[in-house]
Amino acid sequence: MGTFSMPSLGADMEAGTLVEWLKHPGDRVERGDIVAVVETQKGAIEVEVFEAGVIDRLLVEPGTTVPVGTPMALVRGPGEEAIEAPAPELVSAEAAAAPAPSVHPAPPPSAPAAEAPGRPRASPAARRFARERGLDLVGMTGTGPGGAVVSADIERSAASPAPAPHPTRGLDLAEMRRAIAAAMARSKREIPHYYLSTTIDLTRAHAYLERINAERQPADRLLLPVLQLKAVALALRRMPEFNGFHTADGFQPGTGIHVGTAIAIRGGGLATPAIHDTDRLSLDALMAHLRDLVARTRVGRLRSSELSDATITVTSLGDRGVESVFGVIYPPQVAIVGFGKPVERPWVAEGRVVIRLLTTTTLAADHRVSDGHKGGLFLAEIDRHLQEPEKL
Amino acid sequence: MKPDEIRRVVLEELSNIAPETDPAGIDPGADLREALDIDSMDFLNFITALHKRLGAAIPETDYPKLFTIDDAVDYLASKRGLGRPG
Repeated sequence: MGTFSMPSLGADMEAGTLVEWLKHPGDRVERGDIVAVVETQKGAIEVEVFEAGVIDRLLVEPGTTVPVGTPMALVRGPGEEAIEAPAPELVSAEAAAAPAPSVHPAPPPSAPAAEAPGRPRASPAARRFARERGLDLVGMTGTGPGGAVVSADIERSAASPAPAPHPTRGLDLAEMRRAIAAAMARSKREIPHYYLSTTIDLTRAHAYLERINAERQPADRLLLPVLQLKAVALALRRMPEFNGFHTADGFQPGTGIHVGTAIAIRGGGLATPAIHDTDRLSLDALMAHLRDLVARTRVGRLRSSELSDATITVTSLGDRGVESVFGVIYPPQVAIVGFGKPVERPWVAEGRVVIRLLTTTTLAADHRVSDGHKGGLFLAEIDRHLQEPEKL
Repeated sequence: MKPDEIRRVVLEELSNIAPETDPAGIDPGADLREALDIDSMDFLNFITALHKRLGAAIPETDYPKLFTIDDAVDYLASKRGLGRPG
């Protein structure tokens, strides 16, 4: 019997609230099926199941907030018999205060143990965080399970009062800002960034797009960021030290090339959902994924694997905005590539000054994993791919 | 199709693309990409919607003719046979 647990959708997520079950006991599920919707700081996330089987029973009721890792449902594998024992009671909002045991099948979590006087309930991450900032947990209002103090509370306590939540859409932009703040603060605290910048000639890539888009209806046209994403993904095949995660055990190369793409939300905020196996997708397939991701990011409806699987991030400023962007690495990733606004500039080619379409391309990378020399080769490899757009 | 009807369609499609904004409230002569914070994906979706709704062929090279609401209305009004879904 397998368990379906509250996933970790980012380095700073400690708990999530189950909004609804999309599958019910007796339903057959395949790997990748969406089983539940969970409310997080990044909006309502559709959570996928990792193993095929039949939903045996649900352990958590909608409306309940549970810590990351809490079993939420039991999934019967092929050939397994249904458990004959009486069904355990669903975990409800009142009972979910204590972290659930990690063994399964999971009994309902017991009531929270009484805390020693003077020692407020707080997550380990929050305790560490408070220590780093010289803050006292006593007297702090906790918003975590059972009123536990979580990192976000420390952030709130340390910063000015949080703005009122934005009530529109499925997104709470104030919550999203806190999540961005926590992740970026951790990045700047822990990751020794180095920065590189180069100029890439986009004239060929642009001409290629013009040529193929001229023959297509608007719905089938491609955008420049698609070429950039593919170029980065192909370059990573030869430069694996920029694709993966830095963990307590050091660098873990990604098991695939899943490029996260920064998508801005009107009114503030952004998300960086992953496109799985970017290097293996055609430009048309990439465009379809990107279009879909932009639409879902803006209404706050991403999938769990899209939020947790990105092995690198690309940010592209598009045809408005400024000429260069030096990104902040999204932990535990180890690199972020930035493409500035393409601009026409005088350029020397074959001994003559000509007008070319140029983009300032940058890399911010983790010095614990790579050096500037390798970073330079990585940018050169991206450049090389963008000079052969028909091969992307 | 009359220019007023075209303007109504343009404003409707802009509202669909940027639901948090009020396209009717912006200066119709202003660059709508700036005024409504529309990026290249949004703009392509806008063109796609106009194409589907009005049947107008809008080549990429004509995009700059649709950067303001007034220009977009003029451009679409100049297209013949408008209103047949493409």
